[in-house]
Amino acid sequence: MGIGAVLTAIFAAAALVSLLWVPHDVTRLDVSQRLLAPSAAHPLGTDHFGRDMLSMLMEGARTSIAVALVAVGIGVAVGVPLGLWAAAKRGGWVDELIMRGNDLIFAFPSLVIAILITAVFGPSALNAILAIGIFNIPVFARVARGGALPLWTLDYVMAARVAGKGRARISAEHILPNIANLLIVQATIQFSLGILAEAALSYLGLGAQPPTASWGRMLADAQTMIYTEPQLAILPGLAIVGMVLGLNLLGDGLRDALDPRLRRRAL
Amino acid sequence: MTAEPSPTETAPLIAVHDLSLAIHGEAILHDVGLDIAPGRVTALVGESGSGKSMTALALIGLLPEGAATTGAAMLDGRDLLSLPEREWLNLRGGDIGMIFQEPMTALNPVQTIGAQVSETLRLRGTPRAEALRIARDRLDRVGLGQLPLDRYPHQLSGGQRQRVCIAMAIARRPRLLIADEPTTALDVTTQAGILQLLRDLVDEEGMALLLITHDLGVVARIADHVAVMQAGRIVEQDATERLFRAHAHPYTRDLLAASRPAPRERRASRGGPVLQADGLTRRYGAVTAVDAVSFTLHRAESLGLVGESGCGKSTLTRALLGLEPIQAGSLWFQGEAGGIAMTKAQRAKMSVVFQDPYGSFDPRWTVARILAEPFHLTGRPPDAWARAAEALEQVGLSASDLGKYPHEFSGGQRQRIAIARALITEPEVLVLDEAVSALDVRVRAQVLALLDDLQQRLGLAYLFISHDLAVVRAICDRVLVMRGGKIVEDGPIARVWSAPASDYTRSLIDAAPAIPEGWAAS
Repeated sequence: MGIGAVLTAIFAAAALVSLLWVPHDVTRLDVSQRLLAPSAAHPLGTDHFGRDMLSMLMEGARTSIAVALVAVGIGVAVGVPLGLWAAAKRGGWVDELIMRGNDLIFAFPSLVIAILITAVFGPSALNAILAIGIFNIPVFARVARGGALPLWTLDYVMAARVAGKGRARISAEHILPNIANLLIVQATIQFSLGILAEAALSYLGLGAQPPTASWGRMLADAQTMIYTEPQLAILPGLAIVGMVLGLNLLGDGLRDALDPRLRRRAL
Repeated sequence: MTAEPSPTETAPLIAVHDLSLAIHGEAILHDVGLDIAPGRVTALVGESGSGKSMTALALIGLLPEGAATTGAAMLDGRDLLSLPEREWLNLRGGDIGMIFQEPMTALNPVQTIGAQVSETLRLRGTPRAEALRIARDRLDRVGLGQLPLDRYPHQLSGGQRQRVCIAMAIARRPRLLIADEPTTALDVTTQAGILQLLRDLVDEEGMALLLITHDLGVVARIADHVAVMQAGRIVEQDATERLFRAHAHPYTRDLLAASRPAPRERRASRGGPVLQADGLTRRYGAVTAVDAVSFTLHRAESLGLVGESGCGKSTLTRALLGLEPIQAGSLWFQGEAGGIAMTKAQRAKMSVVFQDPYGSFDPRWTVARILAEPFHLTGRPPDAWARAAEALEQVGLSASDLGKYPHEFSGGQRQRIAIARALITEPEVLVLDEAVSALDVRVRAQVLALLDDLQQRLGLAYLFISHDLAVVRAICDRVLVMRGGKIVEDGPIARVWSAPASDYTRSLIDAAPAIPEGWAAS
């Protein structure tokens, strides 16, 4: 968990700093400065348009994190209430409708649909967010419903019903806080998948558009020079691997830390 | 304490001396000494956390990680405590078998019972046909002669599953069988059959049985020798009848007293009807869970509702609390329509205490918030905090506990918190759904005394639901006996106890293991 948190924090810090300051403006092309080796002015060198690689990576982190974060946010905001609703009405037609709707979305290959959406509505970061976010909804709905179902049979939920509380209120007060740990862990996993999906869409030219920097497009731009200038592909590749690895390790660590059965000895 | 030689003393099969156990440095057992003789039932009795199960696990080499033992447990000149795991593989299932409390989870749901009973034999190289023949023989022995080997566990009742577990444990004719609370999860009528089977196996096969239990009634019924455990020590041990008649240790005395709840004096009902059911029927599809049940609960009265699992008492409870609709009949509460039709103000006058002291509270809520939850029915009063503190004090806890979380309390304390939550809206009727069934006997006695005291002070009417007639007798004036969704007996508890009108009630009373009246210590 420690390594995961550190890796994630490094990329998050880079993304935040890029909001205020980057070493060089990445929208300014300067062909005279192209393909420079690392130096004091350009710690990671420059690309074939003379843009500073470090600045590109920092802005790319911002793009990736923003897209993945909003996509996870869509999944949580829509999927969790749907899952809680299905669990509260377990066995009824609402449950059936929600879960079969989930199956329907699951039945489509997500990346292909994402490509379809961007192909129809035009490539942009916003459409990438929507495409990734829609496929997060059934994941969170399932996790929320699965976590909520066993809780509905517990006596404290029965006590709340005896106290006259309705299903919605019980879901908010008793169920949601007690499945929060499941959701947090799932969110970190979906976050890392979102980073990968954004990189894939951008690589195909369907994500963030120039001049916005993006790790996926940096890879795409670098592939024609992969034999002569391999560092242009390796650096964004390493960034993607590092970010995804960090999030997965963080998710595993959170799962252990938030599991009361594993935590009890420490208390 | 030393065990005096009994008249039928034989050389012990396993001799445990000075067994001490620590898990991760925390001392669990202290100097446990016990002789387990062949052909006899040795009982290890104690409350939860007394170390009785750990003693058993030490004898079958299944202690949890981080356990360190000292002392010895000798079997055939070998010390079991120092055996390497490889040698245990021969002993377990061979010389020593074990059965567990929960027959629902002790069997693999995707394997037939024939495969499971013959598994221990197949592991030792017995050919398949021979192993199945022995499995058939063992299943016949445990009274499942009618049951084909290709049945799956879900097709069996709880009692049948426990019999399959016993057949598995005795498949290779072990010399010692360890039974850890073998009947705790079973109904009383089923329990009686399992206890008789265990006793017969010991008598006929010369096996030694180490019986772990919290129930002194079970001990009195089948054990030859009893060791009483408290906080990791054996405080007293002796031949069963002698220990019951002439125990020396105060803890044994407390346990015995608490195991025999005294029937309470009959009280005249002080008021008119508060809760009435007339022909109440609840169906789930084609299944009728509650079938035309009628009864009346009077003000300040205790009415017992007794029945075995699946008899419909929980369904009836949910209907009374207005959580589920009924399909026929009527329900009246305080003179108005009850059940699902109750208004919030009416619901506040009827509250409930559940069985499980661990599942009754949201683990993330403080006691103050838990206690205030029923105020949802009445609107939160300005003095909510003071009333929560008052409710806690009424059940023997203190206002300083308001900021704590449920996990900081013991089982008995949690049940007191559950009662405090039920009292907070000043109800007329308290539904106690197996409210003392999960508690140790001494804690149970305290909670029963508290309930009795609260009833006298507050004039509450109780609907006391239980599977245990002896406990109902300690708190109730009248009792209903329920079977298959119907009320089969309704009358004053003293009359029902001494002269039950239905055969079913008679079988319930006879099957409940009780300490013989004559064994009461002078």
